[in-house]
Amino acid sequence: MAFEGLADRLQGSIQKIRGKGKVSEADVKEMMREVRLALLEADVNFKVVKNFVKQVSERAVGQEVMKSLTPGQQVIKVVKEELTELMGGEQSQIAVAKKPPTVIMMVGLQGAGKTTTSGKLASLLRKKHNRKPLLVAADIYRPAAIKQLETIGKQLSLPVFSMGDQVSPVEIAKAGIEKAKEEHHDYVLIDTAGRLHVDETLMDELKQIKELSDPDEIFLVVDSMTGQDAVTVAQNFDDALGVTGVVLTKLDGDTRGGAALSIRSVTGKPIKFAGMGEKMDALEPFHPERMASRILGM
Amino acid sequence: ANYRTVDEDFFEELEEIMIQADVGFDTVMELVEELKMEVKRQNIKDTEGIRSVISQKLVDIYYDGEEPDELLNMQEDELTVILFVGVNGVGKTTTIGKLAHQFKEDGKKVVLAAGDTFRAGAIEQLEVWGDRVGVDTVKHSEGSDPAAVMYDAVQSARAKKADVLICDTAGRLQNKVNLMKELEKVKRVIEREIPGAPHEVLLALDATTGQNAMTQAKIFKEATNVSGIVLTKLDGTAKGGIVLAIKKELGIPVKFVGLGEKMDDLQPFNAEKYVYGLFSDLVDKEESIEEEE
Ligand SMILES: Nc1nc2c(ncn2[C@@H]2O[C@H](COP(=O)(O)OP(=O)(O)OP(=O)(O)O)[C@@H](O)[C@H]2O)c(=O)[nH]1
Ligand SMILES: Nc1nc2c(ncn2[C@@H]2O[C@H](COP(=O)(O)OP(=O)(O)OP(=O)(O)O)[C@@H](O)[C@H]2O)c(=O)[nH]1
Ligand SMILES: [K+]
Ligand SMILES: [Mg+2]
Ligand SMILES: [Mg+2]
Repeated sequence: MAFEGLADRLQGSIQKIRGKGKVSEADVKEMMREVRLALLEADVNFKVVKNFVKQVSERAVGQEVMKSLTPGQQVIKVVKEELTELMGGEQSQIAVAKKPPTVIMMVGLQGAGKTTTSGKLASLLRKKHNRKPLLVAADIYRPAAIKQLETIGKQLSLPVFSMGDQVSPVEIAKAGIEKAKEEHHDYVLIDTAGRLHVDETLMDELKQIKELSDPDEIFLVVDSMTGQDAVTVAQNFDDALGVTGVVLTKLDGDTRGGAALSIRSVTGKPIKFAGMGEKMDALEPFHPERMASRILGM
Repeated sequence: ANYRTVDEDFFEELEEIMIQADVGFDTVMELVEELKMEVKRQNIKDTEGIRSVISQKLVDIYYDGEEPDELLNMQEDELTVILFVGVNGVGKTTTIGKLAHQFKEDGKKVVLAAGDTFRAGAIEQLEVWGDRVGVDTVKHSEGSDPAAVMYDAVQSARAKKADVLICDTAGRLQNKVNLMKELEKVKRVIEREIPGAPHEVLLALDATTGQNAMTQAKIFKEATNVSGIVLTKLDGTAKGGIVLAIKKELGIPVKFVGLGEKMDDLQPFNAEKYVYGLFSDLVDKEESIEEEE
């Protein structure tokens, strides 16, 4: 099963139009069918696809496409513009607290890339912004999660605050922030355990950490290979915590990454960074336009 | 009770539910086409009658005329080697812990091989699982050659007269050619030491994954001849429906499902139960409507 890009998908319908020399409303409808399929194959959530196609259709039956000599190209252009627009502008700013330290919470499903991204972000803050971050190991559940963060800290020569796995994450977060104040760290990155969005107890724990640590950023870390469920996950995390931004990981893979669009359209929160590898320097600002091309297989 | 009629609306809703379960467009279309014919043939009028037909069709699509193949290929009186592969963060190491626990419960002697020498804390993570379950872990230092770990692990498992050796590997994205080559080498070392081994190559797939899982299965199969899938994280709201298409296209069966982070959260795959879960939302919804009525 090869996943066709939008251009390939549109081929057939364009051939037909060529023969006729004129674009009808029915032709546009058929092209929209292909747009729908391309987005579904890219894992964009089907509800998001529905709304999106409706929106694009309105523009596509307009002058732009109907009168165009290259209707296929024109449809692709419209789709890409709308997609880029929906994905938001480029943003990789990180909030700064009026009174340091700035607190960042990393949250998300199991295995999404929170711990790795915590290390990458800390490294970026030091390198690009000349900051002095403190990593806080608040995952007491996953076997050797603390060790993982400590190893990352060692690799980066950055300090990691931990209290072992017998203290509640809420306490750890609180103590970590105190420690940061004492030692004049200007950023605190709290690495929390992965959890399911439907796990009430663990979601409550995050709410408590939020309440106590008054974070300036809550980053939802999402695996770019995520399928249709991305909307449910993002919605639940956002409802519970009010996330401030999204980090999309594992974009160095070959996934189309439709989850990006799904998440953006249900939460309206900016996707701030893209994880591009396992190494500590593999974190980039997120580019909406590139993501639009990728989803469309261009 | 009051059942819905089976009409275009019903099929549309079924379509949407299956798409939402990541079953993938082509498989959904195939299912709906066949269902429509079956509904006509059996003259099914309401949704009560169609449940079992949906289940049956899905199971048929999954098995595609082949025999069920959920059991592990265990060697009698000899060492069985199981190799775990998959992309990053899907649940390989955790599943190894769970599986080791099951073998231990069955009275088998188990050894683990810490073949992820790359990711921070990966060796320690497997060791914690080994301690938890009460089995030995063979390890080298971080950054060392994973193939060398496998070589030692095989020798150690033999010396200990172990029944099962379960090998962990570092997560890798399937488009990383060098890392896939490294994995081939890891497998070759095991093959060289024990002809016929590894007896199972299990691909861990995260149920949250969308259509990319197909490419994962395809490329990992090419590299390591994957013999089965462990579908992890089914305790969430994601369904991992792409495994239907993977079985159909590549012939790789699901052998286990992961249902949580604890030692006991691993179950053998049951096709009937699984496919029911794919569309149960539709049925559950109807039942709650019925209750209201
Ligand atoms: N290729 C690639 N791998 C990544 C990226 N980000 C994280 N990973 C890998 O994904 C796996 C999971 O990353 P972790 O940082 O442990 O994820 P986590 O969200 O902290 O996991 P839990 O704490 O278990 O919930 C590891 O193998 C990481 O090396 C990325 O951008 N690209
Ligand atoms: N809810 C749930 N979480 C799981 C399941 N299986 C694994 N996890 C969690 O997923 C995360 C990643 O699991 P790992 O076993 O480290 O995954 P991995 O494939 O070994 O990851 P890498 O070695 O980094 O590639 C951990 O937080 C596990 O506890 C499952 O069936 N359900
Ligand atoms: K994942
Ligand atoms: Mg972590
Ligand atoms: Mg692992």
